Amino acid sequence: MSNEWQPRIVAFFCNWCTYTAADLAGVSRLKYASNTRVIRLMCSGRVDPQFILDALAKGADAVLIGGCHPFDCHYAEGNYKCLRRFQLLKRMLADMGIEPERLRLEWISAAEGEKVKRVINEMTAAVRALGPLGIPQKFAEWDKEMEQFTAHVQAAEALKAPCAEHAPTQEPAHV
Amino acid sequence: MTTKYSYFPGCSLKGIGRAYEESLLPVFRALDVELEELEDWNCCGATAYMAVDEVKACVLASRNLAMAEKLGHKELLAPCSACYLVLNKTKHYLEDSPSVRGVIQKALAEVDMTYSGNTPVRHPLDVMINNVGLDAIKKRVVRPLTGLKVAPYYGCQIVRPYATFDDQHDPQTMDRLMEAIGCTVVHYPLKTRCCGASLTGTLPEPGLLCSKILLEEALKRGADVIATVCPLCQFNLDGYHHNIKKRWGDFRIPTVYFTQLMGLAFGLGERELGLHRGFIPMKPLPALAPAAVGT
Amino acid sequence: MDKPTNQNIRIGFYVCHCGSNIAAMVDCPAVAKYVETLPHVVLSRDYKYMCSDPGQELIQKDIAEHKLTRVVVASCSPLLHEHTFRGAVEAGGLNPFFFHMVNIREHDSWVHTDKAEATTKAKELAHAAIMRVAMHKALEVKRVPVHPDALVIGGGIAGIHAAMTLANAGKKVFLVEREPSIGGHMAKFDKTFPTLDCAACILTPKMSEAGSHPNITLLSYSEVTKLDGYVGNYTVTVKRKPRYIIEDKCTGCQECVANCVYKEAKFPDEFNEGLGKRKPVYIPFPQATPQVVVIDPKTCLNFRNGELTGKCKKSCVTACGEKQAIDFNQKETFLELKVGTVIVTTGFKAFDAKRMPQYGYGKFPNVFTALEIERLVNSSGPTGGHVVLRDGKTEPKSIGIIHCVGSRDKKTNRWCSRVCCMYSLKLAHLLKEHTGAEIYNFYIDMRTPGKGYEEFYDKLLEEGVHFIRGRVGEVTDWAMSKEEMEKGKLVIRVEDTLAGYVRRIPFDMVVLATGLEPQEDAQSIRRMLNMSCGTEGFFLERHPKLAPVSTFTEGIFLAGCCQGPRDIPDSVAQAGAAAEALVLIDKGYIEQEPNTAYILDDECCGCKSCIPLCPYTAITFDAAKKKAVINEALCKGCGTCVAGCPSGSIVQNLFDDEEIFSEIEGVLAHE
Repeated sequence: MSNEWQPRIVAFFCNWCTYTAADLAGVSRLKYASNTRVIRLMCSGRVDPQFILDALAKGADAVLIGGCHPFDCHYAEGNYKCLRRFQLLKRMLADMGIEPERLRLEWISAAEGEKVKRVINEMTAAVRALGPLGIPQKFAEWDKEMEQFTAHVQAAEALKAPCAEHAPTQEPAHV
Repeated sequence: MTTKYSYFPGCSLKGIGRAYEESLLPVFRALDVELEELEDWNCCGATAYMAVDEVKACVLASRNLAMAEKLGHKELLAPCSACYLVLNKTKHYLEDSPSVRGVIQKALAEVDMTYSGNTPVRHPLDVMINNVGLDAIKKRVVRPLTGLKVAPYYGCQIVRPYATFDDQHDPQTMDRLMEAIGCTVVHYPLKTRCCGASLTGTLPEPGLLCSKILLEEALKRGADVIATVCPLCQFNLDGYHHNIKKRWGDFRIPTVYFTQLMGLAFGLGERELGLHRGFIPMKPLPALAPAAVGT
Repeated sequence: MDKPTNQNIRIGFYVCHCGSNIAAMVDCPAVAKYVETLPHVVLSRDYKYMCSDPGQELIQKDIAEHKLTRVVVASCSPLLHEHTFRGAVEAGGLNPFFFHMVNIREHDSWVHTDKAEATTKAKELAHAAIMRVAMHKALEVKRVPVHPDALVIGGGIAGIHAAMTLANAGKKVFLVEREPSIGGHMAKFDKTFPTLDCAACILTPKMSEAGSHPNITLLSYSEVTKLDGYVGNYTVTVKRKPRYIIEDKCTGCQECVANCVYKEAKFPDEFNEGLGKRKPVYIPFPQATPQVVVIDPKTCLNFRNGELTGKCKKSCVTACGEKQAIDFNQKETFLELKVGTVIVTTGFKAFDAKRMPQYGYGKFPNVFTALEIERLVNSSGPTGGHVVLRDGKTEPKSIGIIHCVGSRDKKTNRWCSRVCCMYSLKLAHLLKEHTGAEIYNFYIDMRTPGKGYEEFYDKLLEEGVHFIRGRVGEVTDWAMSKEEMEKGKLVIRVEDTLAGYVRRIPFDMVVLATGLEPQEDAQSIRRMLNMSCGTEGFFLERHPKLAPVSTFTEGIFLAGCCQGPRDIPDSVAQAGAAAEALVLIDKGYIEQEPNTAYILDDECCGCKSCIPLCPYTAITFDAAKKKAVINEALCKGCGTCVAGCPSGSIVQNLFDDEEIFSEIEGVLAHE
């Protein structure tokens, strides 16, 4: 593998449709990009938005969710619940400055091995074009900033120390 | 409510197929469809260009597409079958072939043009059936062509290879349209068979044979007239009777554009519709006597 | 690296080569070496075939020797072998759920082309499994009792055979058929290939046996409309369509038919593909089972637009006399059945030849479908076995049979329908026998795989039937130059790909060998039974080789053409789905994944947001405690409520939050 940066995509696939479709892609020996890591859940309805945020926070560049087509959910309507959460989360991610291409929901039935291949390839290409998300690195930077800031504040307070002793007595008046 | 389309006449409709344009424009006007002709259109790329260099032919076509897109109407109407096919083929290549797309985009950029592929190319038959609708057409009929037996002849290019609005093997849109204006449609099994195309000019023997087969079968099926959608078909079937007669015998039957028959049914005059231009004139039928009083 | 040590978590890791299936694209020893460095891993091996007996024994031995408390196997899809390895872990003395499986074959080695990339992916997936398995809890398999009665949907040959097998083993079976008689497509056939047995001689004894079997409840003219309940315990709703005849009272004497006010039969007869005529009161065919007539309200004079008018003089009722079997007031009724297993044998639909207008079906009267010919050559068919053109009298002197109509065609159906080559040969033989006509077969490839099939083809070649290789372009009534030969005939235009030129051959009769398609309502059946369909719309089996008659739902099995085109021997063989159902019924219970959800009472705040999320109404609200309660028996384990709980107080076994979070961390841990 080359040393250049590779996108990392975490995928949550439902057991009945999309995971089976990915198995079908394997059995059919379809070839697709190796950047996706699949986590199997029983239903796309189990996808807690926290899983997505957690994956991004831990270094994933994108998250893919795969569920059954409308009307086809093995559990009747888990895929709709997933869709609702997805729509809300999508807005939230936008507010956080995370590009919409980094979260994708696809309905892939057990018969659609080809679609697994297409979606993963498309998504890999899209994320590659966007570049790394790098949230863990950003966390590290923010931590460093916070440390510097704390050090700064502490230094300032140390200078003001004599006056600070009077402060508590005045406090009730402000409350 | 008037709808507007960009209109690409192509060379035939200004020359040998003038009667097609002469009948098409008033018929669409009667149906509240406005056509705006592209300014400064060029060759669609058909015939010789297509045979010599397909990509260059597509470049020619794409300039027309780019202009249509710029004109801003949602869709482009191309009545000539050859234009319709080449413009559509170019659209397909633009979508499917990155290499052709590259050549076309570069060529367009040379003249400061772009084409994003958003303007569908439509055939008048398609628009009549799927946008105007048979009901609206029936309402417009003031002189139904009752008793006129029509052999609907579609030719090859509007159904092959892209049968977008009709069946590839047994197209039906013109059949329905002719019925709507009161004609009787005869069963014509050769509706998509070759008319001889440009062979009539280059290798007359097989070319004329193709035309003769079509004429003979239409007569055998009892048709009074062949209705067509293509200037080349109309020309081949109408223009070579003399030569065919010399070689195989007389198969006299007029070939007219479907829009001419529609125009007649809408009460328009024969001359207005370019019906005087055909070599084989349509026989006056009782049904085609002057329009009923009050229209 | 200092590894955290925990006496209770000792993980054994195994990566499988699967021969070269995995090893060719994933560096298995490297994966094993990598995993060895991970927390809690006390043992990491690579092995040729983990699913083999020695592979499983290896796990068991290691559990004992190395005091393993957790096992991870990286091999194929868990949908294939998770069950196998859980068994091995259990045999080694551990709770089977202290196991996790990593899919590095279907999701890795088979789909990637760069060994380094595939190896990295395998390492990351393994890492996730190691972190996940550390969180696993001991769980118990839930056993659900199986109701001993079975339901067979569809009374064709596959359904009849399946029902008979179960019934003969002493099980109670409900056989539901939507037509007035069982028998399906096979009842329409004249003879069967390659032995040319009479189809009726094989089928009708089976039909009447099924009809009278004490263990079979035959529900003809009925449809399954709803399936409720859960695995092993279904409540099935069956709609019984009104046939306006009281089944128990009808003796099948057909006096009513003879005395109907319509003296002549004048309505198209469905069983004879519309070639024959029937009266409004009729019996579909002489051997119909049950032997009960049916009244069609669309044609009966006593009805108008489906409403009873009473305007007919009802001579049928008079003819029926004391039996009083006719009841014009019959209404649609619904029946509820309790069953534990379901065998789906809903069959196929013949391709609608009108979808290929170039062959002229429906336009030219003498273009026939193969099913119509089956009826024409049948001695109990509408013409008594006399093969004639649509005019009802002319015998054809030349017949062209077009193969692959609606098969092997990108514009219609891509698949091979498997039976058409053989039935075309059979029809060619029968037509030749009946008419002595010149017969041509137009084929793309001759496909005759089966016992005695190729020999049958040879026989036909010797009989003088002509074979032309080429896909037919069109059937036309356009007579070209050779007027005297083509006039009034149907001309087949075809490129003869062996001779290398385009031919026009005139025929009196053209037969279209239509392919097999999924039933029109296959999708709604699929949804009702919670099954899957393949790309082409046939029902999907759990595994084409390991579980060819099972579906993804325990206790629901498939047989016959609803799963894909197949011939009669294969359909019957497959009706051995019944055997699988038998095994289940005799075992008495189904083991279920313990992946249900439960509420953490201490944390539930009683907000009720989970309650509407559950499609199975498994969650209720305990008003006294002000907490939600999950009924484990109703919970099917989707986890939707778990993801929706705002206070995080619902836990799903096997998929709890910490397990999934650690899996996420694991796949991203590798630098």
